[in-house]
Amino acid sequence: MRKVNCPECDGEIKVPDDAVKGEIVACPDCGANYEIEEIGKEIKIKPAESVGEDWGE
Amino acid sequence: MGITIIYDRVRWEEKALFDAANKMSHTVNMIDAKDITIVTHNGNSHNYFDTILQRCISHYRGLYLTACLEFLNKHVINSYHTSEICGNKMLTSLYLKKNNVPTPKTYFAFSAEAANELASKIGYPLVLKPLIGSWGRMVVPIRDQESMEFMIEVREEDQNPLNRIYYLQEFVNRPPRDIRAIVVGEQVITAIYRYAASGEWRTNIARGGKAEVCNITNELEDICIKAAKAVGGGVLGVDLMEDIKNGLVVHEINNTVEFKGAASVSNKDIAASIIEYAIKSERR
Repeated sequence: MRKVNCPECDGEIKVPDDAVKGEIVACPDCGANYEIEEIGKEIKIKPAESVGEDWGE
Repeated sequence: MGITIIYDRVRWEEKALFDAANKMSHTVNMIDAKDITIVTHNGNSHNYFDTILQRCISHYRGLYLTACLEFLNKHVINSYHTSEICGNKMLTSLYLKKNNVPTPKTYFAFSAEAANELASKIGYPLVLKPLIGSWGRMVVPIRDQESMEFMIEVREEDQNPLNRIYYLQEFVNRPPRDIRAIVVGEQVITAIYRYAASGEWRTNIARGGKAEVCNITNELEDICIKAAKAVGGGVLGVDLMEDIKNGLVVHEINNTVEFKGAASVSNKDIAASIIEYAIKSERR
């Protein structure tokens, strides 16, 4: 399990070992959702899009 | 063989599809739809394979991107035609009925006044649904005139013009479950019962619904295949209810089917079936 800091509150976000680019991770402290932007040596995250009216299956 | 999976959010399903394709020794590239740009003239330098699985969570993003990819002569699953119908509950109902697929009685109105009048003429209870949307969002049981008027007021306040088109459906008398069948091409891969979570009438897994394996009878298979054909075919999640009066009725078809719930109880490898279908359909 790797870790990245929340850009909002600096909380510690856990990133599972099998996580891939495009997956969503949540900050356990402030609840903000982030999308994994890059996963390599470093993990980059960006704010996740909020749920749209047209989202679903 | 190679396959491209286009996503805008990686869910459990996209990871399962990626893993299945890898296990089957296909080359997969995962492309984030949010990074894609398209041009009508020369200048598209994408490295997509000829077969693309469109897995966007946003209906409109997926739909219009599919139109562009088909313009670039890509084989997209599902096609623009199928996506357009399945992403719109009104079109789905029209195509189902037109093709003699059993479906609940559905009514449409194009103004608040007409919707109100229509509802009182039909009588309650009814179900009011948005034309676009998923996971049971804004699907509301309307039990009396007062609730109908309240919902009309809510819809009229909304900025989305589609919310001023009213889709009303008979309230089907059914057991507290529905059926989700995963149709891949002309095969029903698996079917599950979805039981509504406690305190919830909607059976969506996204709303805490629980899954249980459902036996695929000849009748269920026939209806599902007919329903899939009616909307243009592909990889689909056909939702049915067991109407106590009329038997099996199809009420919805999902274009970017989520199958985590089904996979948790089914012994079929749904992701592998989807990949196999995509690869085979490219060769045709």
